[in-house]
Amino acid sequence: MIQRKVIYILWRREMIKYFRARSRMAGAIGMPAFMLIFQGMGFRRVEFPGLPESIGYFQYLVPGIIGMTLLFTAAYAGMSVIMDKQFGFLKEVMVTPASRVSIVLGMISGSATTSLIQALIIMMMSVLLGFRLPFLPAVLSSFMIMVLISMIFINIGLILSSVLKDFHGFSTVINFIAFPLFLLSGALFPVSNLPASIRILSYFDPLTYGVDALRGVLIGHCEFSIVLDVCILLTLSVLMICTSSYFFRRAETI
Amino acid sequence: MSAIIIKELTKKFGEFTAVDSVSFSVEPGELFGLLGPNGAGKTTIINMLTTLLLPTAGDAEIAGYDLRQDPGEVRNNIGIIFQDPSLDIGLTGRENLEFHAMMYNIGSDERKKRIREVLDVVGLADKADILVENYSGGMKRRLEIARGLIHYPKVLFLDEPTLGLDAQTRRSIWDHIRNLNRNYGTSVILTTHYMEEADFLCDRIAIIDHGKIIALDTPSGLKNCLRGDCVSLTIEGRVDLIAAALGEKEWVKEIVPKGKTLDVILSDYEKNIPDIFQTASNLGIEISSINFSKPSLEDVFIRLTGSIIREQEGSRQSVRRDRMRRRMLR
Repeated sequence: MIQRKVIYILWRREMIKYFRARSRMAGAIGMPAFMLIFQGMGFRRVEFPGLPESIGYFQYLVPGIIGMTLLFTAAYAGMSVIMDKQFGFLKEVMVTPASRVSIVLGMISGSATTSLIQALIIMMMSVLLGFRLPFLPAVLSSFMIMVLISMIFINIGLILSSVLKDFHGFSTVINFIAFPLFLLSGALFPVSNLPASIRILSYFDPLTYGVDALRGVLIGHCEFSIVLDVCILLTLSVLMICTSSYFFRRAETI
Repeated sequence: MSAIIIKELTKKFGEFTAVDSVSFSVEPGELFGLLGPNGAGKTTIINMLTTLLLPTAGDAEIAGYDLRQDPGEVRNNIGIIFQDPSLDIGLTGRENLEFHAMMYNIGSDERKKRIREVLDVVGLADKADILVENYSGGMKRRLEIARGLIHYPKVLFLDEPTLGLDAQTRRSIWDHIRNLNRNYGTSVILTTHYMEEADFLCDRIAIIDHGKIIALDTPSGLKNCLRGDCVSLTIEGRVDLIAAALGEKEWVKEIVPKGKTLDVILSDYEKNIPDIFQTASNLGIEISSINFSKPSLEDVFIRLTGSIIREQEGSRQSVRRDRMRRRMLR
């Protein structure tokens, strides 16, 4: 039931549109870039308890901002589905004989690629600002982790888009979900500094493990273990892909 | 084998019955029209037949495949041109066609050949590489028709193909629809609320109101069932004499004298007019002028539904969409 052509053309459509809409690229990169510059530079000299002295705040922050970029661009993937729905293009997709699983996989692969590109832009920017990259194998394995992180949030976006109809509703709901996930994940500060009652919530946040794994490979510091992080991310992405395929098969598209 | 067989198809939205136990069949190569006012249930029927909506009850078979058992094969054998726009305006015309062909798993060489072919059919070959957002309404419609043809569907659904287009563009789209029906032998089902469109294009027409079929026949059959043709004669001489003589003919249904003119309601006026002249000259009566009119589908519709068809420039949804699209492009 997996049709390579279908996945490929959906992916290519996303790429064509991404590279045509420069403003979208710039808009999505703006927020994390500002965070990186102002938060990163402003808190440069702050020392957090629980952080080894060799790791400055900027080094600590970069994997968090990469995680944030992935979270926001991936979750907004659902937005393009909503737009296709509003503009009628989704009907055109759904009357074709392409299998629903392939359609979902095509959408995922397109959005995963765009979020990865965004994250790489942020990574390069941070290098310019003084981030010290590890050796190449570690950088490459961080890409794998990035793919897993974006998978999870793309599917959250897709599931929402199959339930919601218009994009005002979608952006409200997605902001309501994405901001707490971002703030709870430890992207900006060590989760261990949170009071216990709130810290518990962060353990239910997939991004916590994503950011932790990224820190593990990029700056060699993590609170859990990389293996645990990756296992959790892997399980969740498989689970989420299945769920969103189910939702898409079930949804009446008009 | 029929192109489409529908048995008691029904769709309810909550308490509201949009389509109420509709049955009909469409022959291969037939141009079949669903005519009715907005909200009559035409689009809902199309959406069910194209697998986008699940029927509440009833069955349908399209190109030999059961709608419920085999939706994949149904999708493989149909093409649809939606009422509301369904193009990706951020892609070029060619990219839209390419996307569609890939979704139907058409190989690379064949794809190029067919894209060239359908672009020629709708006359968009020289505009294929500009973004669809720069197309005019008529060009978008033609591109959608081209897209519906790429995978050589056995059955093509056209939902209000000319809604909101100017008269000239409408005319050219009618020609396209006729040509593809003749050249490819594609069975076509189209919905419309334009009388002339149904009359001009369709082999048979089902008139739908409130989710039910209230009449199904050829356009001329529908008009004949109304009352027949009307011939108005202006007579120099005795009107009563000729009225009596014509009243005995079996093809005359009704005679209405109005002073010096006489309205004769009859069947097959083309065949029987010579007979009228013959009768008049036998009686030595001169006919000074003659005027005939055939009933229009509009008359049929008024007779059947008790109301005139409600015209509308475009569906509300598409207006909303256009507004939103403009906002997004800013």
